[in-house]
Amino acid sequence: MTLLYRFYNCTLVRDHALIQDDLWIRNGKIINPEKIFFSEKTRADIEYDCQGALIAPGYIDLQINGAFGHDFSSADEASEEMLIKVAKLLTSHGVTAFVPTIVSSLPETYQEVLPIYKRRAGSAKDGATILGIHIEGPFIAENKRGAHRTDFLRKSECGIEDLKTCYGSFENVSIITLAPELPNMVENVIPELVARHDLVVSLGHSTATLDCGERAILAGARFITHLFNAMLPFHHRDPGLVGLLTTHPLPATTIVYYGLIVDTVHTHSAAVRLAHRVHPHGLVLVTDAVPALGFPDGTYHMGAHEIVVNGKRATIAGTETLCGSIASLAECVQYMRQALLDGETNKEIINEKDSTQFVVESIEAATLHPAQVLHIENQKGTLSFGADADFIFLDKSLNILSTFIAGEQAWTVTDQWSIDNLQTKSSQ
Amino acid sequence: MRLIITKDYSTVSEWGAKYIKKRINDFKPSADRLFILGLPTGSTPIGTYKKLVEFVQAKELSFKYVVTFNMDEYVGLPKDHPESYHSFMWKHLFKHIDIDPNNVHILDGSAPDLIAECEQYEQAIRDHGGIDLFVGGIGPDGHIAFNEPGSSLASRTRIKSLAQDTIAANARFFNNDINQVPKCALTVGVGTVMDAREVMVLISGASKAIALHMAIEAGINHMWTVSALQNHPKFLCICDEDATLELKVKTVKYFKGLMSVHNKSIEEDNKSS
Repeated sequence: MTLLYRFYNCTLVRDHALIQDDLWIRNGKIINPEKIFFSEKTRADIEYDCQGALIAPGYIDLQINGAFGHDFSSADEASEEMLIKVAKLLTSHGVTAFVPTIVSSLPETYQEVLPIYKRRAGSAKDGATILGIHIEGPFIAENKRGAHRTDFLRKSECGIEDLKTCYGSFENVSIITLAPELPNMVENVIPELVARHDLVVSLGHSTATLDCGERAILAGARFITHLFNAMLPFHHRDPGLVGLLTTHPLPATTIVYYGLIVDTVHTHSAAVRLAHRVHPHGLVLVTDAVPALGFPDGTYHMGAHEIVVNGKRATIAGTETLCGSIASLAECVQYMRQALLDGETNKEIINEKDSTQFVVESIEAATLHPAQVLHIENQKGTLSFGADADFIFLDKSLNILSTFIAGEQAWTVTDQWSIDNLQTKSSQ
Repeated sequence: MRLIITKDYSTVSEWGAKYIKKRINDFKPSADRLFILGLPTGSTPIGTYKKLVEFVQAKELSFKYVVTFNMDEYVGLPKDHPESYHSFMWKHLFKHIDIDPNNVHILDGSAPDLIAECEQYEQAIRDHGGIDLFVGGIGPDGHIAFNEPGSSLASRTRIKSLAQDTIAANARFFNNDINQVPKCALTVGVGTVMDAREVMVLISGASKAIALHMAIEAGINHMWTVSALQNHPKFLCICDEDATLELKVKTVKYFKGLMSVHNKSIEEDNKSS
């Protein structure tokens, strides 16, 4: 029997605002209670008092290299069980969908690992939804490789054939990060990846000029991998890829999305504010998390590297090179909100702006915008009617209180938030 | 007629809501004896609905055994159109209260047979034993429900073409595009409202002043259809100061003098009966 659930006494993030309204769920989807009232003439079977919690769509991470000690780029570890294990643990960060990311690796690795990480619908039992794979590299610029291994990098002299030889199949891939200045990328590779293989092409780890970046976007690229990091810095006569945030040759309807690692380490809060003020609708929070995410300080594996975690920083062992973040996506949302608050000098309106703008925009950067990148904004990243019932309870500081996937409770911070304790009506 | 004159829109809304609450609670509705309530839409009742919602949330009022019949609905608008009267009632009242959706009746402007829809509506009212309290508003042209000037005072539920003034006034809800505004509506008739055991009309603002004057100080006239209520044995009219601007000073003084009596009708009972 399909039950009708009503969550009340809550504030929803909906239509770019915080509104007092109930959330109605049936069959794992968010539904319109008005239609039910007038057409079906029934009321909710089960009602939950949400104790004034803020309800947001579940967070979506488009770039995550591993977590809780597991490394998605490791062929030794790669298995469906491991992926599900991480998918379940990520629900404690409010993440209800993610794209496991594989750093520059050898062809053997790709051909072993890519077929294993299949797309998968999320559930309370199996954790967050797997939205496909993000292959970051190896067709990237050597000078901007960051933590990627030089000997794994490749060039695209033969165009798309070089990519096919390297990766094997694009079947389970959703996003690819490449450097558009490499041979044939703009002319052939990007258009084919977009048109033939339905991939989201992201520009990153690149020395491309703005001009090259624009041609890449016109060729079909739509995302920028961790803006500011692993690209030329903004220069007023040579804006580089950062200049894509204000570029004018693109049609007005083209939105260039850009990932941003807002972990207080990779991006200065002033840079966050700059990007946000210039192009708020394109901002996508990503963790770019390393396997150490969720673990205390120590040394861990990633790809073929050793990483050292110390406080908020993760570096390649023996160097000062940052190699990804260990801030959860929930923390990134909190840091982004704080960055926006810090930038508001008018103390009289700061509370109003916080509650009407900063909270909403920080949450949308981790929900609506990543969903838009993947063209799934009708099902994911939103509390609109018809969308999948992936949502989270947050407190006023945006800490995660509980995570729901497909309408079922997947995680709660304490028993207080267990749905058994919130239930006030049951027609059962 | 009882004419209640209060200070402003806010007090009209509060008075109206308290009256409805008291009537329902004094009736002590039950599963075998439901309270039948007629309801309007428009900007005037929004404040009253807000107050009723507060009463329900404070557990001072329950709609569990209340049946509602709305006055009207646009023809051709789907139920979930944001400007349909279904949407209005959901947004302002039904989503916030404990009413049983089976007890809610609103004319269906998308029904395949509109005439049958109207006849069935009248039958449904009869089946419920008639309406205990019909709440309404008044248009600037003195219409009650969509009974535009010239409507028969004996009319029943039917399809009405809307007057040009009404269409123009409604354009603001349809992107100011007059072509998008529905031109017809299904509405209860003047006769349908007159059949209710009690009628309460809420009137607020200077724009309604002439209509109020024509309704209660002039003769009964089908050009000002609300005036038919002069013949109703239990007609309660709640208005604010601005709405009295076209009334005779004598009328206003007379009814203001009766306010102490009128206020008793919304007083909470302090002793159990």
